[in-house]
Amino acid sequence: MTTGVVRTIAVSVFRESVRDKVLYNLVFFAVLLIAVSYLLSQLTAGQDMKVIKDLGLAAMSLFGLFIAVFIGIGLVSKEVEKRSIYSLLAKPIRRQEFVIGKYLGLLLTLFVNLAIMAIAYYAVLGAVAWVDGAWFRPHWEAPAVDPALLKAIAMIFLQLAIVVAIALFFSTFSSPMLAAALTFGLYVVGHFNADLKNFETVVDSKPVVYIARALYYLLPNLAPLDVKSEVVHAVPVPATYLLLNTAYAVVYISVVVFAAIFIFARRDFK
Amino acid sequence: MTRRRQTGIFLTALAAMLAVAVALQVVRDRAFAFSKVDRRLLYVSNAEVVRRAALSYDALLADVYWIRALQHYGGERQKAGRERHYDLLYPLLDLATTLDPRFTVGYRFGAIFLAEPQPGGAGRPDQAIALLEKGVAFNPNKWDYYHDVGFIYYWNLHNYEKAADWFARGGSLPGAPFWLKSYAAVMLTRGGDRQASRAMWTQIGQNEESDWLRQTAQMRLAQLDALDQIDVLKRIMNEFAARAGQRVQSWQQLARAGAVRGIPVDPSGVPYTLDPNTGAIGVATNSDLWPLPTEPAAAPELGGAAPPVPR
Repeated sequence: MTTGVVRTIAVSVFRESVRDKVLYNLVFFAVLLIAVSYLLSQLTAGQDMKVIKDLGLAAMSLFGLFIAVFIGIGLVSKEVEKRSIYSLLAKPIRRQEFVIGKYLGLLLTLFVNLAIMAIAYYAVLGAVAWVDGAWFRPHWEAPAVDPALLKAIAMIFLQLAIVVAIALFFSTFSSPMLAAALTFGLYVVGHFNADLKNFETVVDSKPVVYIARALYYLLPNLAPLDVKSEVVHAVPVPATYLLLNTAYAVVYISVVVFAAIFIFARRDFK
Repeated sequence: MTRRRQTGIFLTALAAMLAVAVALQVVRDRAFAFSKVDRRLLYVSNAEVVRRAALSYDALLADVYWIRALQHYGGERQKAGRERHYDLLYPLLDLATTLDPRFTVGYRFGAIFLAEPQPGGAGRPDQAIALLEKGVAFNPNKWDYYHDVGFIYYWNLHNYEKAADWFARGGSLPGAPFWLKSYAAVMLTRGGDRQASRAMWTQIGQNEESDWLRQTAQMRLAQLDALDQIDVLKRIMNEFAARAGQRVQSWQQLARAGAVRGIPVDPSGVPYTLDPNTGAIGVATNSDLWPLPTEPAAAPELGGAAPPVPR
């Protein structure tokens, strides 16, 4: 596998997303944050900083989720539908290079997207802190321009990276609609996963409990990657916790992308 | 026709149609009152269901419910001359704090809104305590919640033993201020003493970080001043009545006799009311201090030792 080919495919995915005006969502994000921070100062009884932080992180996650799913599901299937896959595979490109390049390309798009959102987010927080001045400062649990927010943003990125891998996986063998439904389904399941672990509190059947436990470990576990609330309330998030989450995400993504490569490598495009 | 002219015509037509749509809405809304949206509606009342459905957006949803709670409280409070219904306040606060269990302001301000007697609040100290107990269950080391529960038992329910218990529990927590334990002792010895109330509100006014709570403390202190002044006025009135052999009919009557200097005003600058039939003195409904709190009764341990309190 050559990194040059992977890089070329990744960059072309990024360029395509820019051409498709995906980054327009950044404008919405900025306008949303500025408008909301202006409106909220009158509505929240001194809680505007908390609300702006919550809203900014939720918007980053939500916008990223839509990009991850709706672009992710078309990464492979669109090439097949447009029949451009034939000319691509006729070139000296291995199928695993194609899949990994596509994955990294969308990841790059999400990274750039999230990075710009983070800059806008900090700018708005800084501006609100400046406007509010000393009046509301005693109410804040954490400083306005809090570096700890980057922890939550990093975890959002990892969540999105897992979602992209899942979308790409489904994209290799199913239609975009089905892939979207399955990806969203797994995203929702990923937040309810803890229930599967504690299934013995719901049913008595041992086999069912074991199956539920197995599903807990097999399905994506996204809830632990959500530290938005902790960060906003200045609850310490240990570095070890973040590292373990990062390691889990990297391994899980590797498994899903590997499975996608496996399926895509066996597809017959004749 | 040039392209520029075409664009101009298109934009003009678009603006005109939009203006017509706006005009139609204005006419409809003026003509038909039933198009109003019922704001007193809670689609989902089970907080746990909402929390589960919120996925990772629970904190944001908590903010939405907090804003709704504020709007509901503010909206009802501003209703003039009508009965106020705060029935959605507890469910909204319960939703906000279930979605974000660390929402300190949600618990503390929410409890004040709930405990405040009608018409200024919901008049439900039981719900206020339930909300704060939820906060204690999630964060047992937050002394502020213990303080607030104790204060509701003291100020709203006049249950000094329970108040003392909560103050003592809060005072024993790490990081709790030194004065919290002394509150417990004050409760058991001088529960219904107005001076004890004054000392506690002064403490809150000096220590609270929240401007809103500080203002509330100032207002409470002004109400206590008003109660003191009313006591003095009652004494003057009774003495005058005993001398003149007739009930006082108006402030002017007292002022003419030189018993008071002009019409007495409360600490917010609004004249006190005087009922000529019963002789009752109070603050006017347009005063910032209205309604005056129902003062805590004397602690049973003291018997009749506490000063007489006007009811």
